[in-house]
Amino acid sequence: MTVFEKPKSLTDAPLHYCPGCTHGIIHRLVAEAIDELGIEGKCIGVAPVGCAVMAYDYFACDMVEAAHGRAPAVATGLKRAMPENIIFTYQGDGDLASIGMAETVHAATRNENITVIFVNNAIYGMTGGQMAPTSLPGQVTQTSPYGRDVKTVGYPIRVCEMLAALDGPAYIERVAVNNVKHVKAAKKAIKRAFENQVQGKGFSLIEVVSSCPTNWGMTPEKALAWVEEKMIPYYPLGVYKDKDKEVEA
Amino acid sequence: MQEKVLMKGNEAIAEAAILAGCRHYFGYPITPQTEIAAYMAKRMPKIGGTFLQAESEISAINMVYGVAGAGFRVMTSSSSPGVSLKQEGISYIAGADLPALIVNVQRGGPGLGGIQPSQSDYFQATKGGGHGDYHLIVLAPASVQEMADMTVKAFDLADKYRMPVMLLADGTMGQMMEPVALPEVKTAAVEKPWAVTGTQMKRKHNIINSLYLNPEQLERTNFERFERYRKVERDEVLYESYLMDDAEYCVVAFGIAARVSKNAVKAAREAGIKVGMIRPITLWPFPTAALAEAAERVKGFLSVELSMGQMIEDVRLATSCRRPVALCNRTGGMIPTPEEVLEAIKKLSGGCEA
Repeated sequence: MTVFEKPKSLTDAPLHYCPGCTHGIIHRLVAEAIDELGIEGKCIGVAPVGCAVMAYDYFACDMVEAAHGRAPAVATGLKRAMPENIIFTYQGDGDLASIGMAETVHAATRNENITVIFVNNAIYGMTGGQMAPTSLPGQVTQTSPYGRDVKTVGYPIRVCEMLAALDGPAYIERVAVNNVKHVKAAKKAIKRAFENQVQGKGFSLIEVVSSCPTNWGMTPEKALAWVEEKMIPYYPLGVYKDKDKEVEA
Repeated sequence: MQEKVLMKGNEAIAEAAILAGCRHYFGYPITPQTEIAAYMAKRMPKIGGTFLQAESEISAINMVYGVAGAGFRVMTSSSSPGVSLKQEGISYIAGADLPALIVNVQRGGPGLGGIQPSQSDYFQATKGGGHGDYHLIVLAPASVQEMADMTVKAFDLADKYRMPVMLLADGTMGQMMEPVALPEVKTAAVEKPWAVTGTQMKRKHNIINSLYLNPEQLERTNFERFERYRKVERDEVLYESYLMDDAEYCVVAFGIAARVSKNAVKAAREAGIKVGMIRPITLWPFPTAALAEAAERVKGFLSVELSMGQMIEDVRLATSCRRPVALCNRTGGMIPTPEEVLEAIKKLSGGCEA
């Protein structure tokens, strides 16, 4: 009896992520959702620039590597040309909330029928731990060595809250992957975001509060605790926008 | 004879693109090319195509990247400052070996510059523009008819060589109206087995990508791409040769500058000066051999440009500086008159008048 299997939507390529990084979990959740919906054959993923840059090697569906922050624009092109295909982007916080903010906001306000997986680990991982648009006040990074000073560099951006203020997007939810309960909820949200696209509901974004033990300078275990104690209070989990509910109300 | 319609250059580009099978257009408003977007906004919804006004030039070119990756004919258009913004995306399109059409209806620069015609994006178009080792095929139309014909040709070349093609026009070409015989397109469908259209669970996944962390692999990929460029240089050079048989002097000009220069060449002939003109139609690949051959026979060259002198560098390179190359130019949105060009020809030829 098989008790554990790799999702079909993941390739056999070994992941390059650091020990304790939660990208692996999130990749798996995305792949499971694709498998369960039976959409791998018509799925096209758009990889970001950042730690997940090589996601194109890990997902077994067709993949496009976008320039930094441009994934929602690339996904828009793909979806407009092939409305029957399922298009998702997989982006980090620097990619989505800093250099690609315009692409994010406008894809959302157009209610572009795509699925966005937004991994928020409050730091630029790939380049070695610089301050991100989502780094917490006081957070020490390579480019905020004395802690993020909100008086000089401003405040973190809460992406879900910001996008939920738009009329456009269909579904916005923030989840985390720091414990089993949260992972299960994250799985449900990610699957919902793909289902929404299959049903033609429009722009769905799932923000996944994630950890970066390497650049936070913590053990994986401590990093997960920091997610619970510091990240989640600043980035509360929950559904921020659900057009289905708005119709009911 | 085929029926002709009176069209603006910008509209001719748009209609020709549709005739060539382009069903996806992404753009951002900027003068003097906005008629292309306006035309597409009207036509595309009627024929099941996509017109999308993007939030920025950067987004527009990345939407193009997505559609090109899926294997469909796709285009964007802009004018100089907007084309600068597109350079990142153009580099990625070249790096991922994708076919696409980028139209630049040039205006004066640098910076915000002006909105009048210019040719001062020659360097940007022919020498790279974005980062990295790559080329665009650059086509320079000199009439509204050529705006239409070259749009079709651009899509064919892009598919044939899997590379982005730029139509380098200018504000005059975009705005002026001339009769056009709309091209009859006989494009054979090009197989694109590399395109991302979904595996349908029948093949290994396709990846559209320009990232090669292994430097040996990146070098090899660039070498292979430049092998393809050598073929383009060998097979796709286009130029017009005008009154060059007995010419002692050679004007070199493209686009609107060539239209003005042709009148000047005619007037110079009437004044007894044996002058001809070579009009590059492909700016990359540049008609190097034709100019080298001309350098065997003529006494001097005159590069006529709507810039501070950019193509003149390629003229000097093509002729190995064996003959003097003079410049006749206006810039910032100004166009030289035929009289100004004639004066420059006279000066080059030693002068017929005191």
